[in-house]
Amino acid sequence: MSKIVILDYGMGNLRSVQKALEKYGASVVLSSHPEEIKAMAALVVPGVGSFDDCIRNLKRNNLDRTITEFISSGRPFLGICLGLHILFEGSEEGREKGLGIFKGKVLRFSPILKVPHMGWNSLEFTASGKKCEILKDIKDGEYFYFVHSYYVKPEDKSIIATTTDYDVEFTSSVCSKNIFACQFHPEKSQKAGLKLIENFVKYTQKART
Amino acid sequence: MLAKRIIPCLDVKEGRVVKGINFEGLKDAGDPVEIAEVYDRAGADELVFLDITASHEKRKIMIDVVKKTAEKCFMPLTVGGGISSLEDIRELLKSGADKVSINTPVVKNPQFVKEASSMFGSQCIVVAIDAKRVCEGKWQIYINGGRTPARRDAVEWALEVEKLGAGEILLTSMDSDGTKNGYDIELTGKISSAVRIPVIASGGAGTCEHILKVLTDGMADAALAASIFHYREIEIEEVKDYLKKHGVCVRN
Repeated sequence: MSKIVILDYGMGNLRSVQKALEKYGASVVLSSHPEEIKAMAALVVPGVGSFDDCIRNLKRNNLDRTITEFISSGRPFLGICLGLHILFEGSEEGREKGLGIFKGKVLRFSPILKVPHMGWNSLEFTASGKKCEILKDIKDGEYFYFVHSYYVKPEDKSIIATTTDYDVEFTSSVCSKNIFACQFHPEKSQKAGLKLIENFVKYTQKART
Repeated sequence: MLAKRIIPCLDVKEGRVVKGINFEGLKDAGDPVEIAEVYDRAGADELVFLDITASHEKRKIMIDVVKKTAEKCFMPLTVGGGISSLEDIRELLKSGADKVSINTPVVKNPQFVKEASSMFGSQCIVVAIDAKRVCEGKWQIYINGGRTPARRDAVEWALEVEKLGAGEILLTSMDSDGTKNGYDIELTGKISSAVRIPVIASGGAGTCEHILKVLTDGMADAALAASIFHYREIEIEEVKDYLKKHGVCVRN
């Protein structure tokens, strides 16, 4: 059985992500040790808290390099919320540099809007989103659960898998090679979210064989 | 477009749901985990557990309830009641809660919101406000489960907790609570338009029309209800169909 590792920051609700992955037969470990993470078949980075805290935390434990190396090894990567943000170059939320795997920045919603953008909102698929394996069998316009105050703006539009409308049309997920990262919380999005998690587990199993 | 949320709330005492509930096919009508699953299937957008356990020692039971619920329900879960320290919050989040709702400790020590939101993020800190009308257009807040007046204006208090880092407000009208005569539209509208964080309206739901009114005229982002859903006076699906028919964006 291929193992999926969830990066553990020691904060927030990791349990739901873990339970959702396990529901589809994945064997899951929580870890913050680079050596342990390196040996796993797939990496999930959920995210809570602020951008700077997260990046500093990662750097202190050398986990920034671990993530980057893991991703360039071609193994499946799933980023959720802040786990999406850190892939970019930087954020309006803080001063730290992101991992820079994708070009682009993380921006704050306009002050005229209610922030956090909290609740269920729908996804609109791009052409590349329709081909994304992780989004397979999820219908265009499906609702997912969001909780965030910042959103990513990729320079390379081809990585955008879905967009969502909250006054601005923002990127709600990206899909590029072995990377899938989303702004919404699949582990909290009932049936539709579980479908995404199931697709990721299947993708991981396929990647192994 | 962001959908308006429908949130059932369960009062839980020592790990058991208070008030008898008659859902078909339930092995144990008092088991919060089973009821959470029913609401999950019914299309509830979130779930709130309100822990009304009196004794401190028995509060640990709630952790277990949250853990079991998070294993079965993949939907946002808020837990309120009896939370007084950062450690309490950490434990609940670790067990599978996504947000915690806090009232009395915040009024007694407003810095608590600041500390909690900077440690765990604003998105998981819900401040519960229990408000009671004192005169035309004025509401005062209450603590200790509505027993003690805190001598503070509800709108001003809402603005203050927003500034301190609350991510959401759970607003209960004490005048409407339990009446089934409708939410306090005026109060909800005042607070919802004053702050730039989401507001969940609570207290007074009796019909679909009440919910429609608080989400439109009251400008609430979400509507919470307890007994109408418990006693199956109205189904969640029915509420959503009604709202959709009246042009409100809801999740199917």
